[in-house]
Amino acid sequence: MCQVDEDYHDGLERAEVPSVSKKCVKCKEASAAVVIRAGDTYCRGCFKEYFIHKFRAMLGKNRIIFPGEKVLLAVSGGPSSSSMLSQVQEGLSQNAHKKLRFLPGIVYIDEGGAVGQSVEERQRTVAELQAVFKATGFPFHMVPLEQVLDLPSSVVVTAPAASEQPASAYKAAVDHFIQSDSSSCSTAQDHEQTSVPEVQESHTQLLQQLIGSAQTLTARQDLLNTLRHHLLVHTARTEGYSKLMLGDNCTRVAVKLLTSISLGRGAQLAQDTGFADSRYGDIILVRPMRDYSAKEIAYYNHMFSVPSVFIPGGDTKTTDKASIQRLTESFVTKLQADFPSTVSTIYRTSEKLQTACRNSSTADQADRCLLCMCALDTAVENASAFQATLTSEQLSQNKPSGATGTENPRQNPAPVEQESTAPSGQCCSSGGEDCGRTERGGGGGCCSSAKEPERTDLKSLLCYSCQLTIKDMSSLERLPQYILSEAQRRQRRSQMREEISEFLLDDGDEGS
Amino acid sequence: MCTFQPPTARLCCRRVSHALFSGEEELTVHDETTCYLTQSCKTYLVYVRKVIFYQYFSSCISSPHSQFRPRFIGNFVKMPVLCSSCTEKRAVLKRPKTGHSLCKGCFFWAFEEEVHQTIVAAKLFKPGEIVGIAASGGKDSTVLAHVMKLLNERYNYGLELMLLSVDEGITGYRDDSLETVKRNQQQYELPLKIVSYEELYGWTMDAIVKQVGLKNNCTFCGVFRRQALDRGAIMLKVDKICTGHNADDVAETVLMNVLRGDIARLRRCTAISTASEGEGVVPRCKPLKYAYEKEIVLYAYFKKLDYFSTECIYSPNAYRGYARTFLKDLESVRPSSIIDIIHSGENLSVREGVKMPVQGTCNRCGYISSQALCKSCVLLEGLNRGLPKLGIGKHHRLHDKILSQQPLTEKEERKLKSVDF
Ligand SMILES: [Zn+2]
Ligand SMILES: [Zn+2]
Ligand SMILES: [Zn+2]
Ligand SMILES: [Zn+2]
Ligand SMILES: [Zn+2]
Repeated sequence: MCQVDEDYHDGLERAEVPSVSKKCVKCKEASAAVVIRAGDTYCRGCFKEYFIHKFRAMLGKNRIIFPGEKVLLAVSGGPSSSSMLSQVQEGLSQNAHKKLRFLPGIVYIDEGGAVGQSVEERQRTVAELQAVFKATGFPFHMVPLEQVLDLPSSVVVTAPAASEQPASAYKAAVDHFIQSDSSSCSTAQDHEQTSVPEVQESHTQLLQQLIGSAQTLTARQDLLNTLRHHLLVHTARTEGYSKLMLGDNCTRVAVKLLTSISLGRGAQLAQDTGFADSRYGDIILVRPMRDYSAKEIAYYNHMFSVPSVFIPGGDTKTTDKASIQRLTESFVTKLQADFPSTVSTIYRTSEKLQTACRNSSTADQADRCLLCMCALDTAVENASAFQATLTSEQLSQNKPSGATGTENPRQNPAPVEQESTAPSGQCCSSGGEDCGRTERGGGGGCCSSAKEPERTDLKSLLCYSCQLTIKDMSSLERLPQYILSEAQRRQRRSQMREEISEFLLDDGDEGS
Repeated sequence: MCTFQPPTARLCCRRVSHALFSGEEELTVHDETTCYLTQSCKTYLVYVRKVIFYQYFSSCISSPHSQFRPRFIGNFVKMPVLCSSCTEKRAVLKRPKTGHSLCKGCFFWAFEEEVHQTIVAAKLFKPGEIVGIAASGGKDSTVLAHVMKLLNERYNYGLELMLLSVDEGITGYRDDSLETVKRNQQQYELPLKIVSYEELYGWTMDAIVKQVGLKNNCTFCGVFRRQALDRGAIMLKVDKICTGHNADDVAETVLMNVLRGDIARLRRCTAISTASEGEGVVPRCKPLKYAYEKEIVLYAYFKKLDYFSTECIYSPNAYRGYARTFLKDLESVRPSSIIDIIHSGENLSVREGVKMPVQGTCNRCGYISSQALCKSCVLLEGLNRGLPKLGIGKHHRLHDKILSQQPLTEKEERKLKSVDF
């Protein structure tokens, strides 16, 4: 089809070379030190003011963090979250009028075990970050990702939200806080946690097996993301925090938005990228850095010596096309270099979206994805992409043998280097490289799926996108117990409901 | 793909043929792309298409007899693979959409059945309707015409089908593709209506190119073609138009609208059909919405369907080119990405209170337009007044003047006249 039918001419501004030695646009006196975008040149002082104001304005505008509330900052050591930490410090040290009025704490998730770092490397990073955190005087928690294996099932159950606060309550709370002794936040220092929990080697191995069972890097990163979130929320819950601050900046949000779309997470977009994310109910995820571009943050951190720690990721060596997340990131970065409005345009798109279906807080427990906790988007509607996929799969295989949704193995362009998971699948029933779910790596691999009865069952508990992730996994047995047992509970629940359905007069709210 | 713009009007603009272009040969316009090509490039292209096909699908086709078989295809034919659907015949291809190996017959069946399911599930047609198939001679519309004809008979849709084609009026341009459409007409025994730019607008593309130069002809071609289908459909008293947009096209449009931050189009672009949006607009639908482009090519190939043109890839919009490349990369990482993106698009919802542009109608011709004058009326006005740039830039301010037939100022005229393409 001719695609020229719509007039797309605007919106393409090529990158301009910044002109040299300009004056600051704000004070018009000092000479400019940074160029944020074309035409916006700031001196050092004005830039700092602008940067700090933006943070307070973001929190002020959204009015979601109440005075005296305990807020957990998720700090990875990277530039963005380190900058967030420094903004909170800055905000707490301001004079009364501009002062931030919540009680911060810090959490660091040590993912070294998942990406194969040595114990020494991990200890070094943790020590380095500990020094940074100690200097802030905030309580902090160093949590190894291995702890995700011991989480309780309650993590994947949405907790009832704290009673809905009307907008007027915010003002009242501020007034009340100002009247009462505002020095109370200093007591936070009392329960500082310094000891780092020991990690058992067997736990690290289990974690690696879990991550390794995801056969594509795309699924692996998605899984890692989910687990990290679960652990963060759990930490916030057990330590008594009600908000969790994430360091996603504008560039990150843009990449995330495009990644989410590519992963089939259109329905969850608003939650994945918005300022506030209430999918967990009692713990609200907040993204106060989403207005800052990566460039601004880099400038600020450099000019004002904000300490950050380089954390080697699991995929730093892989190519651009290794995973959808990587591909999207490099795509956005390259496009941004040519068209400086790319990131801000995508970001603005995210501003205009909201969660589909019902309000996230009212969705029934059974209607939520077991992994990402978002409302399910898999209701089989007529003429939908989801329906079309099911149809295609049904029509492409022998009817009696195949269950409705047999998996299609991905043509994996970047073979995952885990030797134990090398796809060997030869399948007798279809006799080809595209056999359904064989048991990977098992010598006599045949389609006997007796070992994994959960897979098909688990699917019904997952959203469209998480189903894709699970499809890419060789085995579900390695999933942490809290996920498996919650899955069983939900299945029993729905079986029960089916059995008694004829006696139920209405769709009872009793569920969950 | 070629997003290359020729530096001068006398250069062959097909990137693949640059190497072959001697600089002396006569230039002709090549099929739907409205690009100027030399004869040797054209011949070369037909050849290249075959080669590209085999490179593209070497992983999908396991025929050991092909003369084009690249060396590495050996990896795929070591042992005969049985069709995963009938489990009897030997599989000849691996479905790009699901990864299943299928025999020819089972692939045809699956492909057709999926289109049928889409048509039924989305309630695209009602018995007794007259349906115009937008036919360009390209692969999408050729497959669409074939499948529509077949399903209409197989499932008694009770539709009256006809082919609808647009002749832009460019010497040499339609030689091949219009011939294809005409052959399709005979093969499928479907009536064919060709509407020409000349009868609709009073201008052929040849005449337009003469006035506006090469660089902007795509703008005219695209805008005019969109309306030409509607006007042709009305002339033929057609109830609905179906177009050959496939899953790749839809996914690409989703990505592009995200990149452009165009929330209104983002919301609309995954709709499988458009209701009648006003006077002069015929409802449209996309029965191939969930069909992968690769599978359409495979279907056309194994059915030995007669198609000529490549689709128009010379859109003046750079973002579409980026979106297309990105989509191809995504597909190579995870083949289901195309359908996943459509799923995303279908489940997006827009925050309340976000302003949507009001869709009005053109004051002159009644076609949908967000401005006082629709794009094609502005373009036409520009052509008729000898001010070709009128429709190309943003000149909304001048719409009132044009509507009330007022003359433009000298300064405005000078700005719009210069053709510095
Ligand atoms: Zn200044
Ligand atoms: Zn999910
Ligand atoms: Zn060209
Ligand atoms: Zn077969
Ligand atoms: Zn008009």
